[in-house]
Amino acid sequence: MGRIVAGIGTSHVPSIGGAYDRRKTETPAWKPLFDAYVPVREWLKALQPDVAIMVYNDHGADFFFDKYPTFAVGCADSYGIADEGFGTRPLPAIPGDLAFSQHLCRSLVYDEFDITVCQEMRVEHGFLVPMHLCFDPGESWPVASVPIAVNVLQHPLPTARRCYRLGQAIRRAVDSYERDIKVAIIGTGGMSHQLTGSSFGEMHRANDLDFLDRIERDPEALAGLTHQVLMEKFGVEGIELIMWLVMRGALSGRAKKVHRNYYAPMTTGMGLITLEEQS
Amino acid sequence: MKTEQLQPDAKIGGADVFDLAMSWRGLRINKMCNALSQPQERAAYQADEEAFMARFRLTEEEKTLVRARDFAGLLQAGGNIYFLLKLGVVTGNGLYKMGASMRGESYEQFLATRNDAGAT
Repeated sequence: MGRIVAGIGTSHVPSIGGAYDRRKTETPAWKPLFDAYVPVREWLKALQPDVAIMVYNDHGADFFFDKYPTFAVGCADSYGIADEGFGTRPLPAIPGDLAFSQHLCRSLVYDEFDITVCQEMRVEHGFLVPMHLCFDPGESWPVASVPIAVNVLQHPLPTARRCYRLGQAIRRAVDSYERDIKVAIIGTGGMSHQLTGSSFGEMHRANDLDFLDRIERDPEALAGLTHQVLMEKFGVEGIELIMWLVMRGALSGRAKKVHRNYYAPMTTGMGLITLEEQS
Repeated sequence: MKTEQLQPDAKIGGADVFDLAMSWRGLRINKMCNALSQPQERAAYQADEEAFMARFRLTEEEKTLVRARDFAGLLQAGGNIYFLLKLGVVTGNGLYKMGASMRGESYEQFLATRNDAGAT
């Protein structure tokens, strides 16, 4: 039987990727961000998940508004690195777990989540930044991945509660998998940011810290918020935080917080929380 | 049960919400920007911006916004910020430059409002 062992909520700001590629992780401005993930990588190395489910959004690297899925699930044995408009980052391709992906897709659809199944998918900063924050790539990555892309760009978006329920359905899929695999799930994006309009760059530190409290202890309250309220609290683009609810829905009420960090140098509240299931 | 998620014509912090009406309006602009995810298309854009815009059938108003690098105007015309960022790459207008102009500030003024502008 499969088992969810860990959940992570983390921002996926593209400039983190730029700093990583240019080896600026030790500069005064970036150190507070990158240092927070050192113990996370150690923790994950000890937990040894077989699969990482990465809940992220595409920013126009592989999906376009000609056809735009609400939830798209990767169902392949490998995922390429996409060019977002500034070249392809020097990272190894992402290994998939085809058999698990196929099970997950079957399970979700029969659980009445009508996802888009993607047998070709290229991933970008929304996926890659959390990936290299949580895992060290050598020649390849130490874990197989399943990308799940969520529409957080073109309203109507899935509701916060729908995202939470998707997480619960993912848990049922993992629980019903025949192989004994350990699964980590990572919800990405946010925290507060506003990239459009006259309030460009506005952040909401107090709301971000409250979200970090509630995603741990009171996710139900977050699942009940409308997009309007979420955007008023976290900015138009901060709506990405609904993807953290997919992660939280996949974890039990008994999961315990292990790490937490918050850093907001530029235009995005960069948050981190990790939760571990108690065996 | 259906819950209203957005107020009609919602504005958040002075910004429009990118919804289906915006996406339909901005389809040409966003489609052009989307092509810029490929290196050969970025080169084609930089070689001949006018031909590139014509290929994606931008209207005269949309072309004027692009020529002026008016990113606030392009947003209002239905451009999506994540696609406009690709146009920013080929025209030398990064996110923070765009943002500064949306705030009515110079790039330097904007950076001075940040907690640590070393993290760019």
